[in-house]
Amino acid sequence: MASKKWVAMLLAGGQGSRLGELTSDLAKPAVPFGGKYRIIDFTLSNCTHSGIDTVGVLTQYQPHILNSYVGNGRPWDLDRNYGGVALLPPYKDKDGGEWYKGTANAVYQNFHYIDTYDPEYVLVISGDHIYKMDYNKMLAAHIAKGAHATVAVIEVPWDEAHRFGIMNTDDTDQIIEFDEKPKNPKNNLASMGVYLFNWKHLKKYLTEDEKDIGSSNDFGKDIMPKMLNDGANLQAYRFNDYWKDVGTVESLWEAHMDMLEEPTVFELEDPNWQIYAGNANHPPQYISEEADVTQSLVNEGCMVSGTVVHSVLSYNVQVGSGSIIKDSVIMPNVKIGKNVTIEKAIIGSDTVIEDGAVIGAHKTGITLIGENQIISSTYAKS
Amino acid sequence: MSNVLGVINLVNERPILKELTHHRCLASVPFGGRYRMIDFTMSNFMNVCVSKVAIFTKDKYRSVMDHLGSGKEWDLDHRSQGLFILPPIHPDEQIKGDIQQFFDHLEFFKRATADTVIIAPGHHISKIDFNEVVQEHENSGADITVLYKNYDGEAVQKPIYHQCTLDSRGEVLDIELYTSPATGDHVCLETYVIRKQLLIDLIKKCVENEEYDFLKDAVKANLKSLQVQGYEFAGHMPFIHSLSTYHKSNMEFLNPDIINDYFYNSWDVFTKVKHEAPAKYAISSKVSNSLIANGCFIEGTVENSIIFRGVKVKKGAVVRNSIIMQKGDIEEGVHIDHVITDKQVIITKEQTITARQQPTVIKKGEVV
Repeated sequence: MASKKWVAMLLAGGQGSRLGELTSDLAKPAVPFGGKYRIIDFTLSNCTHSGIDTVGVLTQYQPHILNSYVGNGRPWDLDRNYGGVALLPPYKDKDGGEWYKGTANAVYQNFHYIDTYDPEYVLVISGDHIYKMDYNKMLAAHIAKGAHATVAVIEVPWDEAHRFGIMNTDDTDQIIEFDEKPKNPKNNLASMGVYLFNWKHLKKYLTEDEKDIGSSNDFGKDIMPKMLNDGANLQAYRFNDYWKDVGTVESLWEAHMDMLEEPTVFELEDPNWQIYAGNANHPPQYISEEADVTQSLVNEGCMVSGTVVHSVLSYNVQVGSGSIIKDSVIMPNVKIGKNVTIEKAIIGSDTVIEDGAVIGAHKTGITLIGENQIISSTYAKS
Repeated sequence: MSNVLGVINLVNERPILKELTHHRCLASVPFGGRYRMIDFTMSNFMNVCVSKVAIFTKDKYRSVMDHLGSGKEWDLDHRSQGLFILPPIHPDEQIKGDIQQFFDHLEFFKRATADTVIIAPGHHISKIDFNEVVQEHENSGADITVLYKNYDGEAVQKPIYHQCTLDSRGEVLDIELYTSPATGDHVCLETYVIRKQLLIDLIKKCVENEEYDFLKDAVKANLKSLQVQGYEFAGHMPFIHSLSTYHKSNMEFLNPDIINDYFYNSWDVFTKVKHEAPAKYAISSKVSNSLIANGCFIEGTVENSIIFRGVKVKKGAVVRNSIIMQKGDIEEGVHIDHVITDKQVIITKEQTITARQQPTVIKKGEVV
């Protein structure tokens, strides 16, 4: 078989503990997003649109839903004869086996998978970011600059830089220093968790890193600084469009609100860059005579009789008459009764909100209700 | 039930929907916000787990081929069985009738492992549970089961429907083309259940006798020699035979009871997946009593209407009692009432189009 130009390794094994109840039974990349999608759809669709036809999805934590969702990759055109999508959980061989110890170790353990395709480049991406990115442009920059590795970066506000992995660069955007969550940032270029490597070069570092018992086997913390130390040519690739890490309840909620901005900051309905999703068959949404829906995203399968303002309704959500949903994210199959008030909340899938319940109305911050709950009218979480 | 073969017969279709059936067959006319008419029969077939479906097409079948593709949305992309689109094999000749086409593709029937065949047209909007029909067919020991429905449609003065005359045991005594069905008449749904071997025998015999109409020459001509049993379908199924009945039956889908019956209280209705984003409602949007599909961006007012995928209703536009098909663009300040716009129509700024008795149809791709 011909060798592949590049292979993507998609890190999807994280527990996502900062998403609280939303990830108690679900891997973070499988968390519903934007009314129709799961978070992983954005990176998988990026791969498809960038012409990457071989994607290894590294799973570990609570993989069942994620596994069956990704399946053979059909929704993303990744059901290929040669290549396509492969789910890569940790495994055992004759020498043993172990859990993925870190991002770099997860890729290291799947050495043979990558070698099967003998690629020139390996793209390491993460399944918990919302963005539309053409990785080809990054590859073109990588090749033009003769880089050993390229890290996609995005400018973040200076006062938030301390929360990110910051790349300190020279005036040609060559990386001269890594600063993981710096107290006093010298730059505001944050790593997006998108790494492009020359496979032969990376292989050497992964093997060495594996032998180093002091290493945390992480790309950002171990591999990249080691390469830098050795004088490798590491480049920052600037990305100037929307990108958001949705690893916390706050950022997940914020990203949803971003989708509702007028004028648009992130266009989901982009004919040139559709976000593909599985389970896409639902009847059209019915908006009743009493309903009032404004500045919202509503997916198919919804039946709305109440008021929905500045909110996202996922598929098969029902909103009874007299109910008011404001600044909220309602995940799939949630049944909301009559005269319910929900403000600034995220309601997990399959939850039932009974008539008259009040959620989040008298609270600052975001109220999170988990999956499969029954919330009665007496509910008053404060 | 796994031993059933599905046949969707488009050979007898008539272009009854004027502009909408000008360039496409009836089965692929859009319906209900995101479907094509054929989706309902396809999904009803899925519910009986048919392993193999054949679509016998007559003409204007490009859209039906495009829509059904490999059949994967209906789980029909199987290795050995699955979906077969069977167009006329002598396209330059006048088609003599559906039996001609069944005969030309007789191999399809012969190869099938199923021993029971369901034949249905492609434009029925219904949730027929064929499990029950096939069960009833077997229980009654009938050679052929013919489905009928008691007429509840609008008055019509055209020879479109056949009336079934039944005896007290439900056996069919006569089937006759007639012009003015009255409420309660047993209207033949041109939907049949038949043993495969009998079907093959009838097809061969008809062709030998140079007879080519399945209903007339295979069913009606054998009412005495075969046991032909009637089966009443009592569920919801609009009688669509004109633009106004098409419009009206779409509007029936604004009734939550009908929505529940079709989409939530029974098996799913599948259609081609297009991956549009959820519908987006702007701050200025005002939507009531409407079906909205994904990919829409609503900034204006929409009332009592059916809006298909990827439609834009701009600020100040008012859409009432209308059907806007895929990728329609309703610009600022437009007022439309009782209008059906086919796919990719643009209604330019400040236009007013209102109709009363008959809905006004705007042809596919037109800019008005």
